[in-house]
Amino acid sequence: MQYKSQAVAKPYFIAAIGLFVGQILFGLIMGYQYVVGDFLFPAIPFNVARMVHTNLLIVWILFGFMGAAYYLIPEEAETELFSPKLALLMFWIFLVAGALTIVGYLAVPYATLAKMTGNDILATMGREFLEQPLPTKVGIVIVALAFLFNISMTVLKGRKTSISLVLLLGLWGLAIFFLFSFYNPSNLVMDKYFWWWTVHLWVEGVWELILGAMLAFVLIKITGVDREVIEKWLYIIIAMTLITGIIGTGHHYFWIGTPEYWQWFGSVFSALEPIPFFMMTVFAFNMVNRRRREHPNKAATLWALGTGVMSFLGAGVWGFLHTLSPVNFYTHGTQITAAHGHMAFYGAYVMVNLTMISYAMPMLRGRSANSGPAQIMEMWAFWLMTVSIVFITLFLTAAGILQIWLQRMGTTPLGFMAAQDQVMLFYWLREITGFVFLIGLVLYIWSFFCKKGTAQAAA
Amino acid sequence: MINNTSTSHEIHATPPGDLAIWFFIFAELLAFGVFFVAYAFARAHNVALFDESQQHLNRTSGAINTLVLITSSYFMVRAVAAIKQGLSRECARWIAAAIGMGGVFLVIKLFEFHAKFSAGISLSTNTFYMFYLSLTIFHFMHVILGMVILAAVMLKARGGGYSAENHTGVETGASYWHMVDLLWIILFPLVYVIH
Repeated sequence: MQYKSQAVAKPYFIAAIGLFVGQILFGLIMGYQYVVGDFLFPAIPFNVARMVHTNLLIVWILFGFMGAAYYLIPEEAETELFSPKLALLMFWIFLVAGALTIVGYLAVPYATLAKMTGNDILATMGREFLEQPLPTKVGIVIVALAFLFNISMTVLKGRKTSISLVLLLGLWGLAIFFLFSFYNPSNLVMDKYFWWWTVHLWVEGVWELILGAMLAFVLIKITGVDREVIEKWLYIIIAMTLITGIIGTGHHYFWIGTPEYWQWFGSVFSALEPIPFFMMTVFAFNMVNRRRREHPNKAATLWALGTGVMSFLGAGVWGFLHTLSPVNFYTHGTQITAAHGHMAFYGAYVMVNLTMISYAMPMLRGRSANSGPAQIMEMWAFWLMTVSIVFITLFLTAAGILQIWLQRMGTTPLGFMAAQDQVMLFYWLREITGFVFLIGLVLYIWSFFCKKGTAQAAA
Repeated sequence: MINNTSTSHEIHATPPGDLAIWFFIFAELLAFGVFFVAYAFARAHNVALFDESQQHLNRTSGAINTLVLITSSYFMVRAVAAIKQGLSRECARWIAAAIGMGGVFLVIKLFEFHAKFSAGISLSTNTFYMFYLSLTIFHFMHVILGMVILAAVMLKARGGGYSAENHTGVETGASYWHMVDLLWIILFPLVYVIH
């Protein structure tokens, strides 16, 4: 750690991991409800468990991004953070607001929560992933603005690098596109149309810039490859991301009542979306192969390479699988979507956060890398979680293919629930694999407390 | 024509200009290429509609624009040749001429768009017009981007930023501009002429 103020990243990373655990636990609850429908009913109905599972994912990834920015920006800008106090204050506001929201989801029925939190003043609730009550949404905007002010001021007073500019662009975009969560037109087509401006333009647009910047930062640190080389890659990757991703939004506009030309725009541009992810994979391996130093943190290198591979598979390959409109006509809203969602989120945004945490956390704790045994434990966690996600994705893909066949393609199509009964075996397999993932996550957290061996002294 | 004995034609080990622009050009060609293939598939499914709608396009303005862009590309070739001899002023003037021709292209294209939009044609009129409008509008935006790139190169050239030894930037801009030209050379016969 080169700057004292980078230390504010630590609580963000800890909170991120804590919420990650919550996300996985609710995932397991839901996975079990897939096979035993009335499990925990009426205390935690499926729709609530799902809401908590997805909202926790988004919130912990945001914690991770903020922590990453607070760690990375001072080092890139070569100056202390503009205001570490503001960063800590925002941490507590965000954490408390997030916790209260989850408690609200679990304690009262959603409609009651909506009434209690002023949804009749400005109706923003009830839409997938954007379920947060109005005060939480306003809180997110305030926290995001204070955060952006803080890091933008830091960059302005310090050295301006490509990595921090790309990161800033991504984070500003994140805040701006979140504003569409306040826009809720009564026309259902328009509602869905702009809903994607938050949801799609986050994960297939500005978040990719954040991912690219974080990966580039860690690769510079662990490989010692020239900054110019890494920055050139970063620029090409983000250019491709924006060229394909922005109009690629059209792959959500096939069947919601938008004009027919979206079937062409959406298919063509989103078919090209795997390219930036593929470039990211080549980038990561290329840089590690050209490394000019042997960084003692092997675990961070593994996470960085894993991010490249898994984001390409999850976002690129599994996205392409159902992105062409003639294919999507059959696959829309099936388990194929769930398969893609799991591997893409894990491969891209979970793994890049864990890469950053793996690199930065030892530094924040005063050493350049963890001890050998701790790293080995972390790498076991990497493989357990990654292999689990691969199998969860494969099982859901199998369930999806079977579901499409039974429900939408056969000569005597089954109803939705009848088709679900037929794919039950895959849901069981998915749930069992989910427990292996949890073991990996426990091992991951354990690796932070591993006392065996001697840690590498700070460089 | 490649002439190995000529001293004025050097053989490049790497593509001219910055390597990064070639990644970008490759990606652009791929995006347009996918669109061209999609056009071919869509046309094969509805030849009559495509042939009928095609009759209403203004082939004359399309042909003039083809000549305009080829001329513009030629001016860029002269600009690169000039800077290789260290003639910054002349290089900047040739680039200005190339940008000017780009402007002529845009004006002619705007008249064409105006005529189509006044006739009530939109992306939803039929599949042919969907392709015609999206391909030409995407290309239109690439012409604008190309002109911005050339303008940046021209300003640097005018300020003496390039020399006979160091002129990667000019070649980078020229490479992109030739791509914009190339796309039109494929687009024009494909959408306006072939039936």
